[in-house]
Amino acid sequence: MRVKLITLLAASAMLAACTGNDDTTAGGTGGATGNLGANAGYGNGGIGGSNLGATNGSSVPGSQQDLEVNVGDRVYFGYDSSSVDQAGQQTLDRQSAWLKQFGNVAVTVEGHTDERGTREYNLALGERRAAAAKAYLVASGVPASRINTVSYGEERPADAGKDENAYALNRRAVTVVNTGY
Amino acid sequence: MAAGSALPFGSAHAQLQVEVNRGKVEPMPIAISPMAGSPMGTQIAGVITTDLAGSGLFRPIDQAAFIQSPQELADAAPRFPDWRQINAQALVTGRVQDNGGTIGVEFRLWDVYAGTQLTGMRYDATSAQWRRLAHKIADEIYRRLTGDAGYFDTRICYISETGPAKQKVKRLAIMDQDGANHAFLTDGNSLVLTPRFSPDTRQIAYMAYRGGRPTIYVRTIATGQEISLGDFGGTAFAPRFAPSSDSLLVTVAREGNSDIYRVDIGSRSLRPITSGSAIDTSPSYSPDGSRIVFVSDRGGIPQLYVMGSSGGGAQRISFGNGRYGDPAWSPRGDFIAFTNIQGGMFHVGLMRPDGSDERLITRSYRDQSPNWAPNGRVIVFSRQSGDRSRLFSIDSNGYNERQLPTPLDASDPDWSAVLP
Repeated sequence: MRVKLITLLAASAMLAACTGNDDTTAGGTGGATGNLGANAGYGNGGIGGSNLGATNGSSVPGSQQDLEVNVGDRVYFGYDSSSVDQAGQQTLDRQSAWLKQFGNVAVTVEGHTDERGTREYNLALGERRAAAAKAYLVASGVPASRINTVSYGEERPADAGKDENAYALNRRAVTVVNTGY
Repeated sequence: MAAGSALPFGSAHAQLQVEVNRGKVEPMPIAISPMAGSPMGTQIAGVITTDLAGSGLFRPIDQAAFIQSPQELADAAPRFPDWRQINAQALVTGRVQDNGGTIGVEFRLWDVYAGTQLTGMRYDATSAQWRRLAHKIADEIYRRLTGDAGYFDTRICYISETGPAKQKVKRLAIMDQDGANHAFLTDGNSLVLTPRFSPDTRQIAYMAYRGGRPTIYVRTIATGQEISLGDFGGTAFAPRFAPSSDSLLVTVAREGNSDIYRVDIGSRSLRPITSGSAIDTSPSYSPDGSRIVFVSDRGGIPQLYVMGSSGGGAQRISFGNGRYGDPAWSPRGDFIAFTNIQGGMFHVGLMRPDGSDERLITRSYRDQSPNWAPNGRVIVFSRQSGDRSRLFSIDSNGYNERQLPTPLDASDPDWSAVLP
């Protein structure tokens, strides 16, 4: 799945750095886990993930692009926190409605951290964030069987910067549509 | 490689000794003569020289100052006044017997001021193993002059890094402790993290994102064979071998909760060591296997705890400022190395297993992942500055910080035991 955001690129200079989801090779041993890593390195730091307000006639309903553009694929966390704040809850509410609309879509929630902890603790923290987002979706009525979680810890930052703005963008849980469903 | 055998020679118990327990050590001037008998003798002396200089405890003297030739030294006892004249306190001499395919090396270590031999050994090996043979000799010199075991015939495994920060390519790599014989063990197609040697030096356990759920793999170094420890029903990470090398501690994160388990490599049977909703991870065994130091945020932020090897009875041992992680129990048992994060900086530090005598010995934007050389005197760690990440070693007394030679960026180092 190679996502092209031509329309949005014209609409928003902020998206100039976005290269789309170019990891098409992540294979899997089963549909449920087949997309692990598919969003790794997804480079749209600075977008904010929600409330873009853009509609994109070319995005396929139920696709990753649809989720990113029209719903918001990610929620953010405070330092060493896995609490979903109000903005995150709003994003997850939209994700929940979207997942109910596209009942055949399975997703993986990827948990990420900034680089201000140790690598192993960050793997644990990333899992906690992914699980927090999943728990919210499940509580809002999405079957748990449709949602996997995986932690990338600090390994796949959304922003390579070394300041608090970058760290804040990296402390996130990203919902990724499993391919091959 | 055949073990060294002692050469017959009267050995006086001289007082020549490098004091390693003091803070900053004045390096001992040592003359390391090229070995006679083969051009390989010069190379072997070169490796010994680099090893001993790198320890920070010795100051090898420039060979240009040597008066007595290698051949003269091979045929007769040293002319000690010649060596006193250039202020050598210790002298290393030797002879290489090149049998074409195999080599035999005799070396002798002399106390220049007492005029006595301190030790003499013969080693036999294949010619291809000449560097290991040199490291064995350096280990013996180090042992004889410091009283501690050497750590030169050892290897470092680590994660080699290339590519942009947002999509780093990470490969498992291995090299001798001096950077020689470097090899990449994985191809970079999957993300790999946190390699750890088995105490018997035969295997490396590491985490990889490969196929399905990320999990722990165990690689046999000599054959390249790799096995997956399987799907634990969650993200599995932070592997550490037990002292027996036949089981591992791993962390499994399920539904947001990370706990430590012991997994038997043969049977794959899994036994929980910690439980509860806190993050418990980064375990490291005491050398006798009776205790485990680990990281937990059960008290609110990540701190170090020590518990019995079956779990239970965990006692917090870290009480300084900031957050703690990456504990590594010294092979001597006397200290635990760790990462400490405070004031926006990362430190490598040490404390005793009861939490006393805490000290921070490094500081940077990101120093982490300390692990011990097998003699418990030297620590290897990774340092990130800007977009670069490299490996460093430092003595446990906080002196002698050195960058290790790696061809590319590097992180997650581990130091093997002395090779058999």
